[in-house]
Amino acid sequence: MIHSRKLTLANFWVAIGAFAVASGMAFMQSLSRANLDLPFRTASVYYMSVTAHGVLMALVFTTFFIMGFGYVVAERALDRPIVSRRIAWGSWWVALIGTGMAAAVILWGRATVLYTFYPPLQAHPLFYIGAALLVVGSWGWCWVMARTWMAWRRENAGARTPLPVHGMLATIIVWVLATIGVAAEVLILLIPWSLGIVDTVDPLLARTLFWWFGHPLVYFWVLPAYVIWYTITPRIAGGKLFSDPLARLAFVMLLLLSTPVGFHHQLVDPGVQAGWKLFHTFNTQLILFPSFVTAFTVIASFEIAGRMKGARGLLNWLEELPWGDPAFSSVALAMLMFAVGGFGGAINAAYGMNAMVHNTAWIQGHFHLTVGTAVALTFMGTSYYLMPRLTGRELELSLLARIQPYLWFGGMLLFSIANHLTGLAGMPRRVYDASYGGSEIAQQWVAGTGISAVGGILLFISAACYVAVMLGTGLAGRRIDPEPIEFAEPLQGENGKAAILDRFGLWFVVAAILVIAAYAWPIAEHLRMERFGSPGFAPF
Amino acid sequence: MHVDLYEKIWMYAAGAIIVVFLASMGYTTLGRAMQPPSHVETIDPASVRTDEEFGSPGVTIHEDGSATVVIQAFMFAFLPFEIRVPRGRDVTFRMTSPDVIHGFQIVQTNGNTMVVPGYVSQFTTRFDTPGEYLIVCNEYCGVGHHVMSATLIVEDAPGTEGASAGEESSAAAAESSDGADGSTVATEGDR
Repeated sequence: MIHSRKLTLANFWVAIGAFAVASGMAFMQSLSRANLDLPFRTASVYYMSVTAHGVLMALVFTTFFIMGFGYVVAERALDRPIVSRRIAWGSWWVALIGTGMAAAVILWGRATVLYTFYPPLQAHPLFYIGAALLVVGSWGWCWVMARTWMAWRRENAGARTPLPVHGMLATIIVWVLATIGVAAEVLILLIPWSLGIVDTVDPLLARTLFWWFGHPLVYFWVLPAYVIWYTITPRIAGGKLFSDPLARLAFVMLLLLSTPVGFHHQLVDPGVQAGWKLFHTFNTQLILFPSFVTAFTVIASFEIAGRMKGARGLLNWLEELPWGDPAFSSVALAMLMFAVGGFGGAINAAYGMNAMVHNTAWIQGHFHLTVGTAVALTFMGTSYYLMPRLTGRELELSLLARIQPYLWFGGMLLFSIANHLTGLAGMPRRVYDASYGGSEIAQQWVAGTGISAVGGILLFISAACYVAVMLGTGLAGRRIDPEPIEFAEPLQGENGKAAILDRFGLWFVVAAILVIAAYAWPIAEHLRMERFGSPGFAPF
Repeated sequence: MHVDLYEKIWMYAAGAIIVVFLASMGYTTLGRAMQPPSHVETIDPASVRTDEEFGSPGVTIHEDGSATVVIQAFMFAFLPFEIRVPRGRDVTFRMTSPDVIHGFQIVQTNGNTMVVPGYVSQFTTRFDTPGEYLIVCNEYCGVGHHVMSATLIVEDAPGTEGASAGEESSAAAAESSDGADGSTVATEGDR
């Protein structure tokens, strides 16, 4: 059972609220893309809305959802309450206050620096302080989760860590290692600079520290989605998990390889030597492996579900899957899009090819497949599963819930394909207006931006359905006796031979060594150069 | 650890795909000298506007026919805003910013670099297709980001006129190398 229902729901509600506001921002951007002349449409509002959309979706929606989900996993899979609920609540408050501060200055127009906040663009100090508090709150969550697992281990000597908890511990290790980079950037460089305590900041050092954090951030989102794919969705589909040890292998590989890869976001940066870029590129390509494994294992688990329901043919097990259940269909559609997004990611990180797509619309086409669908749609589907079980209320407006994943899929198909193509045709990302004074070359992008606008509007309708279902369920759902939250059982039972995959202390040390190998030398080399800092600018 | 036979085959295939990816990158990097711009040189952003080199941006044609283009990228324009370079010759771009981070992208080519204040970005490339190219800033730099653009005109160098007629549609992946730092970009001039 779930002991900390209130705490879990508090985290989910903040996530849903952030998602709702961020979706509204995305809607405004879609209308902008369609080049409609609307009274509120100005360049400053556009860039403000891009900032708000990025921060609220990528940092707030994901982090709060993952924190809530983590508590559910810990209490259900370990069958004990989390330790120190007071710290968990304190963390929630700290993260919420930080989010409120950052969101307020963004909407006030004093922090239009986008979610990457590259200096010397300078936001209001409260933006950086708010972001830091959000991270500090998430550290509290990490502490509670890790301590809960340790307490469970003391009480259950010799027992194998349940798979969903294994995945969440990998998530926590990735997050702790990743946030060292952004904490250094924000606390040492940006907060003193924005408060005027120091005059200048080194923009390249800040970028390097940001991407130390920025890529593992992606795996901080993806790992909990994988936990859902491996341990919850096969159960919803009515099947079993195809392989428990391979799931653990995937989690450990992601834990190890997600951080020493950040320079693949800086492939065309000056001031970073080619050798380091090549090294990080190499590591990046290796991370494809655990995702390939995941694709096989999860799809095989779905096949088991179809066969358990009596399917005999080569592919007719697909028909037996619960496509009308949004908790299943959202994950299946999310996985389909992730396959495409994964190959796109391999192109982005391809050392030489990156220059064709770097900072073009291709990039937003790419990450709306990965974080925008693989992760976000999985989280939405999971809330259809978890909310009735946590609130004790029946899913309200369930027809909307059933069509929502398909609307998202269709909208994202239009949005993403259009952006990939206009990006290849050279359209830069994050531009308010892509006409470039009537340039003939820019004219080629018009059809694509129109299609992406239509996709964006479908996505907004889908997002509105999701928020309506959540609010309806939380406020007006019929009281029911909640069903239990259950995890998929492995097909072959747990296999003791791969016990090394559970040695988190060891993996933490190896991961830390990889981070040091990837960053200590280039940063030391960087600090030895004669460098010139930049004062702040706020051209927004 | 027991691994199902089919999954084992799949894992080997996945490994092979990754090896192919890495090999293709190795080939384009070493075989075709296609490297992202990775020049390391610093400059005081406060001095850019009065700097001997960046204070007077423009194109210099060298005796051997190659060109150096010095560019200042600032909120919200590039200087010079019209750049003329010779076709089929090495063109070295050097640029920096006196204010925030910008991007420099020659649309529909792989000429693409970040421009970071305090650092000099540099890459060498070659254009085989004459014509007018659009240069855009591809990193958000403020409220005028979307108007920050310039024009690149690739024209036949004096003395070579007419010699290359008929090749205009040839796809070009120029190979050139900048021995100093290896920051070479091969440009696809075909559009």
